[in-house]
Amino acid sequence: MPQSNSANSVGVITPQIAKFDEPLTLVSGKTLASYELTYESYGELNADKSNAILICHALSGHHHAAGFHDGDKRPGWWDACIGPGKVIDTNKFFVLSVNNLGGCHGSTGPTTTNPETGQPYGSDFPMVRVRDWVESQARLADRLGIDKFAAVIGGSLGGMQALRWSIQYPERLHYSVVIASAPKLSAQNIAFNEVARNAIMKDPEFHDGHYIVKNAIPKTGLMTARMLAHLTYLSDDAMGEKFGRDMKSDEVKYNYSPEFQVESYLHYQGEKFSTSFDANTYLLMTKALDYFDPAQYYDHDLAKCLDEATCKFLVVSFTTDWRFSPQRSEEIVDALIEADKDVTYARIESEKGHDAFLIPIPRYINVFGAYMNRVAQELKL
Amino acid sequence: MTLRSDLNIIQSWVSPESQVLDLGCGQGELLSFLKQHKQCKSYGLEINPDSIVSCVEKGINVIEHDLNDGLKHFKNGSVDTVIMTQALQAVDRPDLLLEDMLRVGKEAIITFPNFGYWRTRLFLMLKGKMPMSKTLPFNWYDTPNIHMCTFQDFEKLCSEKGLHILDRTVVDKDHQESLAIRMWPNLLGEIAIYRVSR
Repeated sequence: MPQSNSANSVGVITPQIAKFDEPLTLVSGKTLASYELTYESYGELNADKSNAILICHALSGHHHAAGFHDGDKRPGWWDACIGPGKVIDTNKFFVLSVNNLGGCHGSTGPTTTNPETGQPYGSDFPMVRVRDWVESQARLADRLGIDKFAAVIGGSLGGMQALRWSIQYPERLHYSVVIASAPKLSAQNIAFNEVARNAIMKDPEFHDGHYIVKNAIPKTGLMTARMLAHLTYLSDDAMGEKFGRDMKSDEVKYNYSPEFQVESYLHYQGEKFSTSFDANTYLLMTKALDYFDPAQYYDHDLAKCLDEATCKFLVVSFTTDWRFSPQRSEEIVDALIEADKDVTYARIESEKGHDAFLIPIPRYINVFGAYMNRVAQELKL
Repeated sequence: MTLRSDLNIIQSWVSPESQVLDLGCGQGELLSFLKQHKQCKSYGLEINPDSIVSCVEKGINVIEHDLNDGLKHFKNGSVDTVIMTQALQAVDRPDLLLEDMLRVGKEAIITFPNFGYWRTRLFLMLKGKMPMSKTLPFNWYDTPNIHMCTFQDFEKLCSEKGLHILDRTVVDKDHQESLAIRMWPNLLGEIAIYRVSR
């Protein structure tokens, strides 16, 4: 496997599992009697455990952020930014990446067996909110002896976790990096999520969320949900550049099978996703997004809410991101300024839409890298 | 750290531990100085990507922002001093930005090049072309300086808006003062540093 030997890769990574028997009461009021979190780590935790960084994943993400799983050809989803000498430099930092509770990549979630019934939880898995994720991540930090993270970092839904960390456990992080995110969803964001959920739940193979025991998968629904969501990750320009009006063949067929390249691409993405992701997890993650609104507990005043924070912030947005546009990041920036917090903000020129946060765009890497260097310097790492 | 002489005049007008906002903060030299030597709490607005990275390296709170969009990030009276060096002449509406600066800050410190400087006047009169110099190095068609004015113009604008000029230092291109400049500032001064309040 040549990739894993390259100088700037964290190499072959084996996920780990932490089991928790202390019950976790969720915001919804329901309780998980016990649960497991699957996570990966890159780099070495230093003696005083002061160099830890927590990576929070987005809607369809997971714990595998960097390096290679044995036998895999493709690295983790943020390998561009995590590794020796990279923006999040594993020579300096110990990087922790957790699959969120309710996920479908190892942590306890809808596909896990419900100890009460002996069957997979399915749609009986309790709804989780961003606050619950932060709580569970904090327990994992306790387990590893990490009192205070050097930084909590995330893009999109991951950025919401980084923001939530800053007010939920202000004393447990030095820096919060919030990328391509928003302080809450807009009506349009929620509407897109609802169309996706509707596609899944109306699939005849959904069986009220208990499809696993019926040996079924709501594949069509999940595929449609993903196709729709995928559109919101790309900009008009990015799609135009990638596909234009290119067709698969020169001949017009006058039927409804995919003819344009963009149709094939969406079908491919939807197909790939529908066989690798759990539909109930998708429903649950979109609801966590919809419910996220930390300011609601502070008279809907975001500045008042973020006044709780004691960490420093880096906020980054991308010009053609219309899922969480620069204006949404600027709401966070404005509130942080109003609350007198230390904040740096960069609005990166990019034609890549929301997906830009995963792509090593030079300007993005420069400013993010400079900031992380600063983090290491100020914490004397 | 030695500060550029115009920035040195500006920093002397800023109170220790005050809140400062620098519009077009460049590589953050002034804010970095104010942070270290006067313990000021500050934000800088900047649009140039490389300058933003330099600010990050210095640990400055830099916000990527186009000054032509006004100061909407900031609430009324939220800072003590708003500083803008050599950018007034480059924004779409200097008059509106000046008002916005004094909406956000109790005081504003502004520097800009004087279009009434004798060499500038002579250049236009003798050559019949738009003046170019060390202070004004651009062609008329690619210059960012779209609203050139003289010291008199600026003071007239302040008076129309009912703003008070608290301090004024007029210097040459090397930011030096002289007796002659003090006597005929609008003719002999190249750059002015004003401190104004509402």
